[in-house]
Amino acid sequence: MSAVVENVTWRRMLSPTGNTGDAVFRILMLLVALLMVGIVVAMVIALATDSMLSIRQFGFSFLTSQRWDPIKGEFGALPFVYGTVASSLIALLISIPLSLGIAIFLVEQAPHYIARPVGFLVELLAAIPSVVYGVWGIFVLAPFLRQYVEPALAKWFGWLPLFRGTITGIGLLTGGIILAIMVTPIISAVVRDVLAAVPGSQREAALALGATKWEMIRVVLVNGAPGIAGAVILGLGRALGETMAVTMVIGNRPEISASLFEPSYTIASAIANEFTEATGDLYLSALVELGLILFLVTFIVNGIARLLVWNVTRRTGGVARA
Amino acid sequence: MSVSKRSLKLVAWMVVLLLGFVALACNGGGTGSGAGSVSLQGAGATFPNPLYQKWLSEYGKLHPNVKIDYQSIGSGGGVQQLKGQTVDFGASDSPMKDEDLKAAPGEIVHIPTVLGAVVITYNLTGINQPLRFSPEVVADIFLGKIKKWNDPKIAADNSGVNLPTTDITVVHRSDGSGTSAVFTDYLSKVSPEWKEKVGAGTSPSWPVGLGGKGNEGVTGQVKSTPNTLGYIELAYAVQNKLPVAEIKNASGTFITPSIDTVKAAAAASAANMPDDLRISITNAAGPQAYPISSYTYILVYKNQKDAGKGKALVDFLWWGIHDGEGFAKDLQYAPLPDDIVKRAEAKINSVTANGATLRQ
Repeated sequence: MSAVVENVTWRRMLSPTGNTGDAVFRILMLLVALLMVGIVVAMVIALATDSMLSIRQFGFSFLTSQRWDPIKGEFGALPFVYGTVASSLIALLISIPLSLGIAIFLVEQAPHYIARPVGFLVELLAAIPSVVYGVWGIFVLAPFLRQYVEPALAKWFGWLPLFRGTITGIGLLTGGIILAIMVTPIISAVVRDVLAAVPGSQREAALALGATKWEMIRVVLVNGAPGIAGAVILGLGRALGETMAVTMVIGNRPEISASLFEPSYTIASAIANEFTEATGDLYLSALVELGLILFLVTFIVNGIARLLVWNVTRRTGGVARA
Repeated sequence: MSVSKRSLKLVAWMVVLLLGFVALACNGGGTGSGAGSVSLQGAGATFPNPLYQKWLSEYGKLHPNVKIDYQSIGSGGGVQQLKGQTVDFGASDSPMKDEDLKAAPGEIVHIPTVLGAVVITYNLTGINQPLRFSPEVVADIFLGKIKKWNDPKIAADNSGVNLPTTDITVVHRSDGSGTSAVFTDYLSKVSPEWKEKVGAGTSPSWPVGLGGKGNEGVTGQVKSTPNTLGYIELAYAVQNKLPVAEIKNASGTFITPSIDTVKAAAAASAANMPDDLRISITNAAGPQAYPISSYTYILVYKNQKDAGKGKALVDFLWWGIHDGEGFAKDLQYAPLPDDIVKRAEAKINSVTANGATLRQ
């Protein structure tokens, strides 16, 4: 009796319509979704088991130590974590206002014959391989920063420790700027779609109440806030994991320095640089643990960003979710 | 409805066809290797990769039944894969360490193939003659003790050169590299302070400088930044016509890096070569020896499991150290000196399968 009931509830759950095709489709989609979760879990397990040697050897000090010396077998991840987070923050600081500006212009102000080609070009930027950005960074961006931008920053803002030190054109600031250029097309493309999705009635209502164009855009922005935050998180994810372009201009030096002109190092770059020639089990294990930490950093930063989004959504009462 | 059924049928047919092709392709490969042909896998150092690829294509023309693949994944990876027995031969720029040899499941022999060198390049304007460096000066620059171009220690070796007052920006490799291993091995030999503070290895903890990825990354940063100094492979410097410094060798002569001076370094240290041929020839003593030179090796198991594969492997190596050396100069590698070829021959002849020698 109960077996029959159970059977019926099962079938209800699988296919509320009672159609076998629906049930099959439902299970198939469930499997696809579970596969995604399974891959993430498998990755974490693989990273954790392969880094066991290093975790046992260094314990928590791996996260706090600033020494990275493969020859002497001393490994600490702090400079890499700092470089990863700092370069991504610089990238977002530059990219967010830029992307918002591009998206607002494209959606609210540009006539069609300008919006189309400009939008196309912005999306094209996202498709350029990162090695190309890196080469451009070495041969164009770095000399430009060295000759014009960094001396000017040192002159006007030299009283800040951020803008002191030797000017070489290669370093944390250059890495951040390259990342900003790479992240901007992603953020602006998503923000453009978000703004375009804000109902026209909102704009009309604002204008009807006597709002200026600028005030109307503010209404649109507040409505799109959760979506905009989602776009930023997407860009942040790209910035945290970017390897090739950053490694070519950041200077690759595992050191924490107050100055943005000094070379730095990111986790992804370190793994890409050192994995091929890593001999010795402890060295390999330390590199895998770096990968695990990058995973955790991405996780934490994403979590913080999501909290912020949730906070903004609650205050503005927006409906969309990032 | 009928349309979707028809398209389904079409898709099904296409899948069947595709599977058929795949099966055919696999089968083709299978019968190919069955009919007396052998395929060998190798992996390792990136530095000799252009030469090895040339060898593979030339050898393939002479022996179409032997198929050899070489993947340039880096010396470290080559040693790992050889230890894991996933490849038939490995390749490394520096000889394997004792603990790696002990950890391997069988005895490994080192066959030297060619020689390379690491050179110092720089970006200084208004200088027409090559700069000259003493070993201590090179070490002090990379230790961060010499900071300015017009330091008296640099000026002492370069009389008549108008050195700028600017800071030296050091550029080194950021990726783990055999080039770095050779360079730091040299610095450890000429500077006790370097040996104690930094040591030798593929990814040392550099006291100063910017890191560039690969020879091209270091070159890019040196080329685009004034007052920089970095180290790269000889072949790369020659092909890109970069300025290279003369280095004072152990006999006290300033030597321009070239194929001949690298070969001289090998010849000068041939007498010291141990039986297993594992040797570092940096800071060699010959009067014409360029001091930052090094062998690169192919690594094979002394006892081969498969006699057919083993035979093909030793024949290929034999061809490499004889006919193959002829391709070295064009690609800016120094060929082995004659007496080292003899020593390598003996090593190749020592390779066995099931207790029987494979050559002769």
